[in-house]
Amino acid sequence: KEEKQRLRKEKKQQKKNKEKNDEKTSHEEQPAGSASQPPAQPSPKAVPVPASEAPAPADKPAKSKADLKAERRARQEAERASKGKKGDVGQPAPTGKLKAPPSELQPVVKRLPEHVQVDNPEVVKKLAKKLERQQIPLRSDYGYKVSLFSHLHQYSRKAPLTQQLGIPSTVIHPAIVRLGLQYSQGIVAGSNARSVALLHAFQQVIRDYTTPPNEELSRDLVNKLKPYISFLNQCRPLSASMGNAIKYIKKEISNIPSQCKEEEAKIKLLNCIERYINEKIVLAAKAIAKYSIEKISDGDVILFPPNCSFNVTISTSISSSLVNHILCEAFEKKRKFRVIVVDSRPRLEGREALRRLVQKGISCTYVLISAVSYILPEVSKVFLGAHALLANGYVMSRVGTSQIALVAKAFNVPVLVCCETYKFCERVQTDSFVSNELDDPDDLIVTRKGKTQLEHWQKVPSLGLLNLVYDVTPPDFVDLVITDLGMIPCTSVPVVLRVKNVDQ
Amino acid sequence: AEKQLVEYFRAQMRTDPDMASAVAAIRTLLEFLKRDKGETILGLRESLTWATDCLTGVDSSVAVSSGGELFLRFISLTSLEHEDLSRCKKVMEERGELFLEKISMSRTKVAKLCHTFIKDGAKILTHSYSRVVLRVLEKAAAEKKRFSVYVTESQPDSAGRQMADAVRNLKVPVIVVLDAAVGYVLEKVDLVIVGAEGVVESGGIINKIGTYQTAVCSKAHNKPFYVVAESFKFVRLYPLNQQDVPDRFKYKADTLRNKANLSEEHPMIDYTPPSLITLLFTDLGVLTPSAVSDELIKLYL
Repeated sequence: KEEKQRLRKEKKQQKKNKEKNDEKTSHEEQPAGSASQPPAQPSPKAVPVPASEAPAPADKPAKSKADLKAERRARQEAERASKGKKGDVGQPAPTGKLKAPPSELQPVVKRLPEHVQVDNPEVVKKLAKKLERQQIPLRSDYGYKVSLFSHLHQYSRKAPLTQQLGIPSTVIHPAIVRLGLQYSQGIVAGSNARSVALLHAFQQVIRDYTTPPNEELSRDLVNKLKPYISFLNQCRPLSASMGNAIKYIKKEISNIPSQCKEEEAKIKLLNCIERYINEKIVLAAKAIAKYSIEKISDGDVILFPPNCSFNVTISTSISSSLVNHILCEAFEKKRKFRVIVVDSRPRLEGREALRRLVQKGISCTYVLISAVSYILPEVSKVFLGAHALLANGYVMSRVGTSQIALVAKAFNVPVLVCCETYKFCERVQTDSFVSNELDDPDDLIVTRKGKTQLEHWQKVPSLGLLNLVYDVTPPDFVDLVITDLGMIPCTSVPVVLRVKNVDQ
Repeated sequence: AEKQLVEYFRAQMRTDPDMASAVAAIRTLLEFLKRDKGETILGLRESLTWATDCLTGVDSSVAVSSGGELFLRFISLTSLEHEDLSRCKKVMEERGELFLEKISMSRTKVAKLCHTFIKDGAKILTHSYSRVVLRVLEKAAAEKKRFSVYVTESQPDSAGRQMADAVRNLKVPVIVVLDAAVGYVLEKVDLVIVGAEGVVESGGIINKIGTYQTAVCSKAHNKPFYVVAESFKFVRLYPLNQQDVPDRFKYKADTLRNKANLSEEHPMIDYTPPSLITLLFTDLGVLTPSAVSDELIKLYL
């Protein structure tokens, strides 16, 4: 049966290569004349459809919603026409470069990830089949989705995935089940916390793992991790930092030599993970604090929206958010500064940050994000955290970050972003619509004076609640990025990625 | 030993007034290396750092400190695994000579790159006295281009007049304008070329006071703002705004030593952010401000 699977995979690969070559030739002819149809071939015929859309967005830099929708529809049609997932070569964000021929150096065709194609029934069916194969329940979407974001998942916190798991669940390790529940209920939140929790859970998995007979640890363990990752993805979509951590682990596992004994291999892997956490997260935070303290001078007024990697302490000693850490260190170095904490609903994470800062003795002011333009004339610097830094220099962070950066730019206040290098990802995004996360819409319902106005929002047909988690800030608004490698401008993110790839 | 160092440095500056102060500093450091009697490589490195600090005490420009640091990095960028200390020293000295040779060619390289941007009939605005800009204008004049130059007077030391005299010697028509007249003159001007005392990590530059104003005005008039700088001026600083530039660069070395209250002193330099700069001409090539960080990472990491 395995042989049959392998043969089937090979056939698919061959077919993909053939289609890829056809697409390549059709792409090269594209710049010649977008109007002329490339020589009749069933799969590339779908490509001219998005090509004709490409000049339209290239002309209008401010993309209208209609254009976005049309592009997405064109993309879906392209996928439906070509058998199998043959998405556009390029990134989900329709930039001018979309129609450039794929570079010869990268034979891998990038597909649209499934989590941004929720309104495409084919993709959903495929995902369902994949999950069935891995014996993981499919989490169903909840509530009415605003049409602009209908391509994203929207889950309810009241229906965690774990309710649909049978007991005992043999496929998924209990540590992973617990982790999934913690993610979906928001107990573990914040980019750093989630990555660290993930790595600890994987350590537990490795400890309990035994190689089945006739299997190699390096290959089998990677295959065992796949259903776990799908499960966690269902509980809450993976973040960029988690993606990088998983890539690292998979690489380490597949690099285990086959003659290595199981005990040795396990110890080696556990040490690798421990070192990764130590280097990339703990020590990086210290390095960033060191650089940031140089930038905090006496008499500064610092604006600080704490909606960034704010986590509850886990078994390691990582304390609170990165920026919180920096401010506390700077205070210990006897710099005199004042902090303004900017908070926003529905999470109101600022209260926790405020509490910690005040405990240290730092003088703080607390405002809501609606007062940002009122308070900015007093501010000398803005410190932001980041969830991920994209390859085109855009900063992906909690919703509200981009707004603060915009207002700060208007007031000529320098904006500094603090981000560890393990959060740098190769994705490219220019807007917050294409790939985002929709949180539980019921979080927006608030009870004041005994009255809950939005309690029956589902019954009103024209009402939709939108609870976005992330937004994307262009590099023009960011003056400086502080990483563990030093202080770099926002446009140098691809340089760091290049240097990192060379190192590996 | 400090006195000797400073004397040598001053002598170098005197013998060749056309040489950049950073080049003189690097020559001094090389001489210092040759005469050093240290026993360990670490000691050598420390004494070189000490020497650079001394020189910054004489001439507090950004270029001296950046040149010194780059010199140190360049000579130690080789494998120093030899058993014998004297052999290591020889290797370092050779690399030092190589470094010096490379940077003495840098001005010519920059001039070669930049002069093509000066078209016939162009009117150029420049600020204060910069030997690199002078070299560029020389090259353009040698290529038989016809252009005219406006130079700002550049108070408080009237360095602009010195520049005007030098340009007049090239038989190029030159007019000296007040610093306050930059906005007035910009509508007649086709391009602005300035030198730099230091190029910072963000891609911005540190230059004589008045450069920032000129940059803002040229942005408002949509005129290209070019900067010419050698690569040893790249420095690992990242100022966010004018007050973020460290005090040790803002004022002359004598002022730093003698005056107690610096807030009453007028700074000699200002910081121009990268958003106002169109292109930078360096001996590493023609760079956009965002590529400077790339080059810096390659140089320093």
